[in-house]
Amino acid sequence: MTLSRTRLQVMWNRLLAVVEEQGQALIRAAFSPIVRECGDISAGIFDIRGRMLAQAVTGTPGHINTMAEAVKTLCARFPADAMQSGDIYMTNDPWIASGHLNDFLLMMPVFHAGRVIGFTACTSHLVDLGGLGMGPEGADIYDEGLLIPPCKLVESGEINTLLMEIVKANSREPVANEGDIYALIACCEAGATRLARMMTEFAINDLDTLADYIIDTSARGTQEAIAALPKGTFHNVLTVDGYDAPIDLHAALTIAEDHLLLDFTGTARCVEKGINVPLNYATAYAVFALRCIIGPDIPNNAGSLAPFRVTGPEGCILNAQSPAPVAMRHTLGQMTPDLVYGCLAQAVPDQVPAEGASCMYDLPLRHTADAATKGDTQFALELVFNGGTGARPTLDGLSATAFPSGVWGSQVETTEATAPVIISKRELRVDSGGAGTTRGGLGQHIELTAAQPQDLMLFLSVERVNNPAKGRHGGLDGAAGRITCGDRTLPGKGEFRVKAGETLTLETPGGGGFGPPQDRDRAALRHDITQGLVSEDAARTFYGDRR
Amino acid sequence: MHQTPQLRLAIDIGGTFTDTVLMDATHTVLATTKTPTTPDQPALGALQGAQYVLQSSGKTWREITGFVHGTTLATNALIERRGARVASITNEGFRDILEIAYERRYSQYAINLEKPDLIVPRARAFTIRGRMDVAGHELTPLDETALPAMVSALKDADVDAVAICLLHAYANPAHERRLRDLLTAALPELVVSVSHEVSPEAREFDRLCTTIANAYIQPLMARYLTDLKSLFSAEGLNCPILMMTAGGGMTTLDTAAHLPIRLVESGPAGGAILAARLARETDSRDVLSFDMGGTTAKLCLIDNFRAQTARKFEIGRAERFVKGSGMPVRIPVIEMIEIGAGGGSIAAVDRLGRITVGPKSAGSEPGPAAFGKGGTEPTVTDADVAQGLIDEGRFAEGRLAIDRTAAEDAVRRNVGAALSLDVAEAAQGVSDIVTESMASAGRMHAVESGKDLGTRLMIAFGGNGPLHATRVARRAGISRILVPRDPGVGSAVGFLYAPVSFEIIRSRYTTLDALDVDDLNRFFDAMAQEAEGVVRAGAPGETLSQRRLAFMRYHGQGHEIEIPLPDRPLTPSDIQDLRTGFEAEYSRQFSRTVPGMKIEVLNWAVSVSAPSPALSAANPQSGTTDCNSLEKRDILCEVTGAWRKAAVIDRDALTTGAQISGPALITEPQTTTFVSADFTATLDARGNIWLDQNSEALS
Repeated sequence: MTLSRTRLQVMWNRLLAVVEEQGQALIRAAFSPIVRECGDISAGIFDIRGRMLAQAVTGTPGHINTMAEAVKTLCARFPADAMQSGDIYMTNDPWIASGHLNDFLLMMPVFHAGRVIGFTACTSHLVDLGGLGMGPEGADIYDEGLLIPPCKLVESGEINTLLMEIVKANSREPVANEGDIYALIACCEAGATRLARMMTEFAINDLDTLADYIIDTSARGTQEAIAALPKGTFHNVLTVDGYDAPIDLHAALTIAEDHLLLDFTGTARCVEKGINVPLNYATAYAVFALRCIIGPDIPNNAGSLAPFRVTGPEGCILNAQSPAPVAMRHTLGQMTPDLVYGCLAQAVPDQVPAEGASCMYDLPLRHTADAATKGDTQFALELVFNGGTGARPTLDGLSATAFPSGVWGSQVETTEATAPVIISKRELRVDSGGAGTTRGGLGQHIELTAAQPQDLMLFLSVERVNNPAKGRHGGLDGAAGRITCGDRTLPGKGEFRVKAGETLTLETPGGGGFGPPQDRDRAALRHDITQGLVSEDAARTFYGDRR
Repeated sequence: MHQTPQLRLAIDIGGTFTDTVLMDATHTVLATTKTPTTPDQPALGALQGAQYVLQSSGKTWREITGFVHGTTLATNALIERRGARVASITNEGFRDILEIAYERRYSQYAINLEKPDLIVPRARAFTIRGRMDVAGHELTPLDETALPAMVSALKDADVDAVAICLLHAYANPAHERRLRDLLTAALPELVVSVSHEVSPEAREFDRLCTTIANAYIQPLMARYLTDLKSLFSAEGLNCPILMMTAGGGMTTLDTAAHLPIRLVESGPAGGAILAARLARETDSRDVLSFDMGGTTAKLCLIDNFRAQTARKFEIGRAERFVKGSGMPVRIPVIEMIEIGAGGGSIAAVDRLGRITVGPKSAGSEPGPAAFGKGGTEPTVTDADVAQGLIDEGRFAEGRLAIDRTAAEDAVRRNVGAALSLDVAEAAQGVSDIVTESMASAGRMHAVESGKDLGTRLMIAFGGNGPLHATRVARRAGISRILVPRDPGVGSAVGFLYAPVSFEIIRSRYTTLDALDVDDLNRFFDAMAQEAEGVVRAGAPGETLSQRRLAFMRYHGQGHEIEIPLPDRPLTPSDIQDLRTGFEAEYSRQFSRTVPGMKIEVLNWAVSVSAPSPALSAANPQSGTTDCNSLEKRDILCEVTGAWRKAAVIDRDALTTGAQISGPALITEPQTTTFVSADFTATLDARGNIWLDQNSEALS
């Protein structure tokens, strides 16, 4: 019996629902705050050839492609005919999984009628893997913690307890890590059960027809979207702050008839600190940015991702090779969309936003090493604040809003309940949005002190302190980020001690403007002034307002 | 009014229809009616409905001893932005709580998304100096010298209402109270909502939004409730009016006027109350209620006869049905998942050749193509008509003629043509897609709640629920369905089963290890007293019961689990029970506990209730139903994909114990129950239809 198209579509919808269910279950059970607040996980279903058929739409784009490629790698390493029901494979190798050690990927073969018909896989961010911990200070991957090469975590339903003990023994948060790994196992199993149940319900014995339908339909839709773009090769260079010296990121985007090729040739070499980016992760953010504009209505799968090809010379900072340190790979990873948009804006100038704050202002705070002896409150807090997004071609940028990451900001009341800090101000930064026909989103101004007479440790890895978000097509730049502590101005990266009583002030960057400010609708400008987003002074200086 | 109610009236004002139900002391429904809602003066439509049921049952206003009312007026005012001009006052340094929110885009790939309009623009967002810390200690005193400037700023802004939300006001409301008193003294006409009364939970963005929403509808609702009372009193009603709340309880007009935000989404809550009661009557411990109407379907999980509750929902979503795109409102609510899948939901084909259904709806105007009122786009109802599932002659008691040709043309034109399918295939495709999306929403909701769907009984009602129940159940893995009596006015019937009750949820952070029992008891006493005062006003002389809850989680996790507490002051020995209770529930949801991990409590709740109306007795009927001589019509069987003869029978003609094998259609004035080919229908002694999937169909 051939399967009707609507039946195939119902099954496709079912797969999309199953991965979302898996994702939700994983987020609910997770211990890592970054998972809870940002949905930093992934869940997917794959066919017997390792082709991704469906992936949950989760909070952060860092797992797009990375998971699809990781499963292919594991499938190549472990032959399906040697797999048994109840087996689960695992790795946190940054170059296979998702760019740094904290991301663990698990993959499980799905059995139906006695044979492997496909796989489920999921990824989650674990709290701590030992080493120097989350921060850019490691000199190489060995400093950054424990790396588990691809291995069998569960064999026929029996968990490898030694492996679990190793993961726990190498972590400052062994209980949370164990909890997160069990959550990943449960996620794989739930996906496998639901997939097998669907096959029974729809009376199919393999996924071949369904997989071809999903992949062909998606590939065709994506290719149609690409075909509608102007052809050519478009170049861009984005200068970012780097650790202690600026770094140039280069990209050449070639739009061909049926695919896109992004090449990072010319990009600076890796640096000594852990802000280097494995190519799988740079690819994830770059492709995410492209797919926001090219065929965003098509779900992620092998068919919709295939036309997006990314390459870069080995050893450049967007294609870091082991043993380069990569713990904070998201700092520059989050800048790749602006790099790519600089190319794409030349092809479709009326569809691409200006540059934004892009890199989130992640603020890990902790008690000092001597807290115990001094009787200080011991705590660990990871606050995330965002700047403004770039102005859109027809809309202003979004103020204090995450892009490209999907991170959630925190609430002051929750923060003050869980850590000994007081936040005394959190407001939008007037005039921080780049002026333009459409205005960049505003950054925010945050002031924080210790609630008790104790010092705090701050770990920074943020961008756009020296290189603000550029405007597009005549729009002006957004305000740069700024971090001060008492009367010191801090650089964007490093480890700092906030002394008792000192106020830490964080000003997140604004987004760039789009189009000449003189062309801004005067009513919109007046509105901005009334709402206090643009000052009268700035209106005169940047918009030529004569009122 | 302490006597047992003899004659009770319920009126549910919905967006399109106002449903009215009159019930006697034995819970027998005497009369029901559906009348068009009168948006300009909703109380008039309600009055017409009441007059109709009284007349048709030969009763008078003076005989009415209980009147329960629910209305979408509050919800609609929020969605359609027809409320008051509101200003907000927050702490100095925190002017942008609304704008900053959670710093998040609700849709990952939507570059051009727009954030929801949260009612108060930045120009009307004021701040004042003064600050409490997380424990409720004053860090900076309230700056009373700023008052004159504040008052003139509010005058200049020409506002009707003010929402005050100060940091940690749930822990110490002194500044909010003082500020309200000062403002009210200076501006007596000003309506003031304070966050510690409206929503005393931590998370300033959610609390501010809730306070603003309350302030926004307060003037409008106060006027409406006053009008309603005088209109019905003039007719001769002399019992108090109780208002249905989103939490599934009833409250007095005074509380409703003060906290109108509690009235939103009360209609759907009535449906869940009905389902919870049916669950108890039939001793069904695991239930999914399925309420499908013209524009949406609503699903609610009901465990141990209690509808699942939540502490938050969203209104006025910028993108319909997309989570996170609306304004959060943090109050106790019956938790429902709502999806854009109703009879009027429009089907189309996207650029990848995929059928899509909803969330766009043809509504009641123009409505489905089959209604012949100018609708040309195919809807779910049109697909049902094309599959023969709706009897053209009997729809809506014959008051609305069904144009089958128009339905088929719409399906053929907008779906069939693009996919090279004939009408029947296209119609079934539309059904399959909408069915899958409802079943998926249900499964997803169950997963998010740590529950399973497969073992549940589905209770189906609403105008389209009984028609789609078997199809949705099959895809959700559910094999048993109950269709109650009067399913078309299920929400209004549910109102009459709700208790007078009030729930307060308040934040107070502690780890289990550091829990101070005496402190907590004082905290609970204050909450219980407040809630009792509200309930006492609506149920004087009744014996009240309390339900206390703690919302707990492992340190570091984001999801809180609700754990019941004993209804008495706690002792230190209860802490161990709390731990055990948490671990048991955690382990039920996640299959394991996490030994050695700290447990924390974030919020505490007290719910005070008067008794619910007693259960109705079964009322066995005698006689037999002759199933052989039934009228037959052609329907497209979704199990085999072939046309088959289906029996058609009036629900009134069914007698207790009657069994009907699918495919069959059981018709009644406000809906049709579709018995699929793999189901059998049975009528029980209470008049409920049970639909059981035949065991051979379960492979």
